[in-house]
Amino acid sequence: MADVLRIEDLHKSFKLGFIPKKKKILKGISLSVEQGEIFGYLGPNGAGKTTTIKCILGLIHHEKGKIEIFGHPHLSLQAKEKIGFLPENPYFYDYLTASEFLHFYSQLFLMEKKEKEEKIKDLLELVGLEKAGDLQLRKFSRGMLQRVGLAQSLLNDPSLVLLDEPLGGLDPLGRKELRDIIVRLKEEGKTIFLSSHILQDIEMICDRVAIIVSGEIISQGTLHELISEKILFTEVILSGFEEKELEGLGESFSVKGGKTLLRVLKEENLEKILKLVKSKRGKIHALTPRTETLEDLFVEVVKQR
Amino acid sequence: MKIKAIALNTFKEAIRDRILYLLLFFAAVCIIFSRILALLTVGDRVKIIKDVGLTSLSLFGALMAILMGVGLVYKEIDKKTLYTLLVKPIHRYQFLLGKYFGLVLTLFIMLSLMSLIFLAVIFFHTFRVEWQILLAILYIFLELCLITSVALLFSCFSTPILSSLFSLSFYLIGHVSWGLETLIKKLRPGTGKTLAQLLYHFVPDLENFNFKMEIVHKLPIPPKIFLFSTLYGIFYTLFVLTLAVLIFRKRDFI
Repeated sequence: MADVLRIEDLHKSFKLGFIPKKKKILKGISLSVEQGEIFGYLGPNGAGKTTTIKCILGLIHHEKGKIEIFGHPHLSLQAKEKIGFLPENPYFYDYLTASEFLHFYSQLFLMEKKEKEEKIKDLLELVGLEKAGDLQLRKFSRGMLQRVGLAQSLLNDPSLVLLDEPLGGLDPLGRKELRDIIVRLKEEGKTIFLSSHILQDIEMICDRVAIIVSGEIISQGTLHELISEKILFTEVILSGFEEKELEGLGESFSVKGGKTLLRVLKEENLEKILKLVKSKRGKIHALTPRTETLEDLFVEVVKQR
Repeated sequence: MKIKAIALNTFKEAIRDRILYLLLFFAAVCIIFSRILALLTVGDRVKIIKDVGLTSLSLFGALMAILMGVGLVYKEIDKKTLYTLLVKPIHRYQFLLGKYFGLVLTLFIMLSLMSLIFLAVIFFHTFRVEWQILLAILYIFLELCLITSVALLFSCFSTPILSSLFSLSFYLIGHVSWGLETLIKKLRPGTGKTLAQLLYHFVPDLENFNFKMEIVHKLPIPPKIFLFSTLYGIFYTLFVLTLAVLIFRKRDFI
């Protein structure tokens, strides 16, 4: 598939402190995002996620490297016309109402009046703010601001949407709704570049991920490629046994109500437990095989650095 | 079109600023006070009204331009509102010019309001509409356009407090730099004179926009002086705006 976004050997450093000292933030980032995928950009705080996004958008000038959007240089108007961006903790002109704000931004795309009105109405509906169109942004909650931010990023019907930590600070319901919208955008054929450190969300919706740590990409690929499907261990919750009887079968943790949680690493131990339950008339409440998660991979690679 | 959209939004933001109305109030008080001051004066009272009125217009207009102008870009960076704006298909210079014209429009409306009060005060004193006053006001407006560009320039790389200090210094130096001209005339040829001449070319001369004396005392003004002042204002403003665009284009928004 064609590359929507291509970054090659991106370097950026900042001069920080009273006596300016150069600090390298990005140390040769290379990645490519393909048409129609949700690309997760993962990394701990301060890894360089936002700096990368700002370089892509031209808010920060990079020192070395190349950024192309749909084959155009990233600062060209042709590239800018095809992208939408939602920043982390978005702030907007709080004296404007949601409709006025979207109206103002739509003028920057030189849209026709009728097209503009229809688009604004549709977007407010998409993000669930159709009843808050005439409310000033200063009266909006954080979740509502995030939604209006998403609406402004979709004004030009962009082919590539960059979302910087869009799910941070939202309640579980808000996160689910936003996740659903992102998936819907993918179904419409848009490409999503999603930066986050909330691993569950990335795992749930992303097709491919790149992990950035200290300004370097240390792992990149599809979730299938990165996470092994091998069973790491099995968690068994059982009752009706003394702790002594379970010794040597696995790591045991006590659970409320006389139940024991056993983390079983070897398969033969699992068979022993099942036999024991049969003979002693014990009870198994749950038996869950655990495969590797994105969180396991993330913790492992971050620790290695 | 894009510059117009940004300019109109800047205007909407500026007219919500309370400091603007506070300055407008004090300007109105000063203009009306000139009428009382005229009552205490011996001689041509209307000259006092015109003199104090025009000075108020220039001073409060400059304060509006500086206090609003220094926050123009800084506020956008500080509140991060610029992040979503600059990623839209606009050039950075379009953003900057939009901000500039938005404030110039605000100042035009404020200056018009102050002028209306001023003309009304003169009218109640003389029962005549003094149209030639508008010429002096026009050059005050030209001066405000230049001061706004200077405040915008400082706003691109400095905090509002420092930018206010720099812009106020520009305004004050601009109004006393004519003293250098007198100094140059009195100095003997040599290094001192060359240095003074060099300095005179660098510092702004805002007295080029000051036609108070001529208008108040109804003195003749040669057309070439008007032409020079107009060109001086336009080119100086363009120079400062170009400088602001060059700085703004290079900036990283961390």
